[in-house]
Amino acid sequence: MPDEMNPVDSTVTALAGDDLTKRVLRIIAETQRKDQSQVTIDSSFEELGIDSMDGVNIVFALENEFNVNVPDEEVKNIRNVRDMVEGVRKLVDHGNTAPAAS
Amino acid sequence: MRRVVITGMGIICSAGRNREEFLESLRLGRSGITRIEGSDICDLRFQTGGEVKDFVATDHMSPKAADMIDRFAQFAVVAAREAVTHSGIELTDELRDTSAIITGSCVGGQATENQGFYDVYKMGKTRVHPMTIPKTMANAGASAISLEYGITGPSFTIATACSSSAHALGLAFMTIRSGMCDFAISGGSEAPFSYGLLKAWEAMRVVSPTVCRPFSRDRNGMTLGEGSAMLTLEALDHALARGAKPIAEIVGFGMSADAHHITQPSAEGAAKALRIAMKDAGIGPEQVGYVNAHGTGTTANDATETKALHLAFGAHAEKLAISSTKAMHGHTLGAAGAIESTAAILALTNDFAPPTINFNERDPECDLDYVPNRSRAVSFEYSLSNSFAFGGLNAVLAFRRI
Repeated sequence: MPDEMNPVDSTVTALAGDDLTKRVLRIIAETQRKDQSQVTIDSSFEELGIDSMDGVNIVFALENEFNVNVPDEEVKNIRNVRDMVEGVRKLVDHGNTAPAAS
Repeated sequence: MRRVVITGMGIICSAGRNREEFLESLRLGRSGITRIEGSDICDLRFQTGGEVKDFVATDHMSPKAADMIDRFAQFAVVAAREAVTHSGIELTDELRDTSAIITGSCVGGQATENQGFYDVYKMGKTRVHPMTIPKTMANAGASAISLEYGITGPSFTIATACSSSAHALGLAFMTIRSGMCDFAISGGSEAPFSYGLLKAWEAMRVVSPTVCRPFSRDRNGMTLGEGSAMLTLEALDHALARGAKPIAEIVGFGMSADAHHITQPSAEGAAKALRIAMKDAGIGPEQVGYVNAHGTGTTANDATETKALHLAFGAHAEKLAISSTKAMHGHTLGAAGAIESTAAILALTNDFAPPTINFNERDPECDLDYVPNRSRAVSFEYSLSNSFAFGGLNAVLAFRRI
């Protein structure tokens, strides 16, 4: 569910959300060696030629970028860029941060 | 071409420390999967594995000999000894001169390598142990067996990930069939329980956080295992001439590459290896009674393998007894082909189909007979063992009752 719909969230979150979207799109483009213009919030994995192993690779890069842990079950259910953005947003908002690397 | 038979079998894995224990586990559906003790697992998303519990290398070899080889090669020696003893062969000078040793291993002595890297990267040490290289090399198992018996014939190791030891057995089969040698020790060994490698498996998101349930609708991944199985292969005429009693015959070997994807399986590639194995054996699908499936317990493998069985067997697929014994001993990677071939041979010679344990519910995509949860008394003439590796490299072995 988009956070903009949630009255509890302030505009700060909405702005952060835009930034978050951009970062996720950038990570997807970088890991898939695609031009950033090819990756939009509405892109499906099918359109981008992203298979399950690519998905796992992207999630790895996102975990590092946002310092979150994405559960295995979540990864299996992601089918498009929007799912990925919303999934990361949920984890960032809920403070599901990974322990710092020692 | 000469006929090739198995005259000895040796095994050590979580589901049995020798042939008798392993057979009993297969009959009872007894699992060797427990909480991992061999590595730190506190931050891992999975906690279980098929470890050989209470394995003390010095119970099997001198402290000096044990120091010279990694755990995976220690398993290889223990399994090879059991097989050679079982075969009753007397390794004469001539046999030692010509016999082959062909093993499979996927990750070699990576626990040793891991320790060396830990020492320099983490502990800030300036040197690693001098045995790190010879203990890490994937052929250390083959070399240790060669040293054990003074065998100086063709000896090498095959690394095709989860198909390694199936390819090894297939090559040993071809080596004897062609007349190159009369006797071979062949199989595989693996010891993957060390932290760095477990983290790498975790990263792939294919290991079950709970229980490995091959072909069950609620399956959520594989469970790793360790161990070794070694078989002695022998030309039939050679075995009979020395008065040996062959256990079973190897009659077919099929290989293929998917050329599809580095990790995703392909039904067409797997079906091709199955068809070639049956053609090599000179048999039709309806003659096969039992298939020991690759059956990793991942969503993709089990559905794809089922499709491959349909493609290769046609209507007979529904009549096959199929099981994945990985739910009992774990996925032993480079040892899997040999451990599961041992299961397929034990099934053949003891008139039963081992079960696929932990099976909960049928999946529309896995619509065959997986012998759920309980072994079944059944007799058949031929059994197959499937191995389908990451990288899309497939190997299928066919065994016949003798």
